[in-house]
Amino acid sequence: MSAQAPTADLFRSEHMRRRRIVNKVVEGVATVAALAAVAVLIIVVSSVVRSGWDAINLDFFTKNQTLYSGFGPRPASGIANAIVGTLIIIGIAILMALPVGVATAIYLNELAPRKLANVLTLAFDVLNGVPAIVLGIFVFVFVVVGHGQAAWKASFALAILMVPMIARSTQEVLALVPASMREASLALGAAKWRTTLSIVLPQAVGGIVTGATLATARAAGETAPLLFTTALYSADTMTYDPRQPIPSIPMFIFTSAEQPDPVLHQQAWGAAAVLIGIILIASLIARWFADRSVQRLKGER
Amino acid sequence: MAVAQERAPGPAALQRRGRFRPGDALLYLVTCAAALSGALLLALITREILVEAWPAMQKFGLSFLTTQAWGDNNKTLFGAKSFIFGTAVTSFGALLLATPLSLAIALFLTELAPGWIKRVVAPLIDLLAAIPSVVLGLWGILVLGPFITGTLGPAIHGTLGWLPIFASKPTVGSNMFAAILILTIMMVPIISSICRELFVSVPSELKDGALALGATRWEVVKGVVFPYARAGIAAAMILGLGRAVGEAIAVTQVIGNNVAIHADLFKPGDTLASRIAGQYQGADTALQVASLVYLAVILLVFSLIANLTAQLIVRRVAARHNIR
Repeated sequence: MSAQAPTADLFRSEHMRRRRIVNKVVEGVATVAALAAVAVLIIVVSSVVRSGWDAINLDFFTKNQTLYSGFGPRPASGIANAIVGTLIIIGIAILMALPVGVATAIYLNELAPRKLANVLTLAFDVLNGVPAIVLGIFVFVFVVVGHGQAAWKASFALAILMVPMIARSTQEVLALVPASMREASLALGAAKWRTTLSIVLPQAVGGIVTGATLATARAAGETAPLLFTTALYSADTMTYDPRQPIPSIPMFIFTSAEQPDPVLHQQAWGAAAVLIGIILIASLIARWFADRSVQRLKGER
Repeated sequence: MAVAQERAPGPAALQRRGRFRPGDALLYLVTCAAALSGALLLALITREILVEAWPAMQKFGLSFLTTQAWGDNNKTLFGAKSFIFGTAVTSFGALLLATPLSLAIALFLTELAPGWIKRVVAPLIDLLAAIPSVVLGLWGILVLGPFITGTLGPAIHGTLGWLPIFASKPTVGSNMFAAILILTIMMVPIISSICRELFVSVPSELKDGALALGATRWEVVKGVVFPYARAGIAAAMILGLGRAVGEAIAVTQVIGNNVAIHADLFKPGDTLASRIAGQYQGADTALQVASLVYLAVILLVFSLIANLTAQLIVRRVAARHNIR
């Protein structure tokens, strides 16, 4: 073998050609797949924007939904109460989830023994995978059955969804805070709580904002937790009281899509455009904060 | 130094270190309680749902899983068989489509795409995950459904009609095939983003070694990247599957909500999660509510097992390769 000079043309052989063709085919398939995913995104977003555009005008943002009987001229209607409702529901959910998420991250990152932290993190990761509809059913049987629906109960379900996300992203930033800062503070005689709250936590504000905003973006579009907790609302009135069921953008889209009414369909598209707009803006803010805080922490190292 | 410390600051410092600090205790207590909430909530969710489902579990037992009925015999007979079937078909169908697609996308983004394309395309695919399911469902009803009955369905039926899964022409836009497509769209960003991280973590010495031996790019992927990332890919698939199984809203909007079992994907069906969502106004007897919660029990058990498995795989992989 070693004594023989190579007789085969290594570069033009049939075998090599086949390998190259297979390689090219796979590369082509991968490229097409990536393009297809982007195309789907563009198709969905463009049909939302195109169909929703005509529904969006001043009335859409300032008027409540109307219950149209099908006879006579159709009164102008909008989704003002659904927008306000979504803001209230999400706002309460943040108030519930943010302290718990941040406190969780502090415990897991700063205080807990390693093994316990691992187990508790696993619990949050598993909780994160529990379907939203199951969380909705849980809140339904826990606080709705026998007591009635209310907006804050939907917030509670959404908060369960948000805590793992907030805790995770806070933890990621806490891990970036240099140990030397903690040590310096402790060496100056500051107590652990003082060090954690006034030295470590302020460094992690960017990560906390990022996590909270991303969690908000995800929760704002969730419909499943609302179905059994705040679905029996009166569609044509503005409600501010979180002890009542309140209309929301996702529920408006969900119920309108099922009606055989083209005008409602158009309004559903409009509401979808508003919802996607809110989520996009939230995601961009989150990304900006994340980049900034990570860069600052890495720069200080 | 030892002598100096022995005198003044030593005992004082020791005393100080051992001193009880109420602030520390408070911080410890409050944050520990918060951190326990995850585990406690899991336990509470399980307990509450089991208690509420108990009447149905007692009445139907495990035969609930093998009974195909919803509200039959004057609202006294409930069963999950057709929903389990629908969940399995739609989720695995979507997994079958989404996995190769996601692997291809992850390969494109890690191995093929130049930097600027990567920076544009990767966030766009992540954005796909941010589209709310109710919006995807709206699109499914009003755009995808008519497209399936008008164009896609007849074309597939025409070429692959000999397969039992495409045996009929779709007559309504709401069918299991639409649900599979919608779930695929939801799974792709999840699976592909995990795979992207996995592929990036493959040590470049291994890939360079294979390239230096004359392997083509595909052979490097097949021989080095895939085997290295195998466990992680499995975890990503389980997480994607968990998402598909638990998706209620988009599926209930497009699947047709029919209590039926048939191989034909162009016919309407229903899944566990979708059935729960679809009943949000109509659960009027105690037994129906209990049966509905029984469906949630099945979902919860599945999601606990799937997520625990996936997370344990992820942790083992991370520990071995020190990814995170």
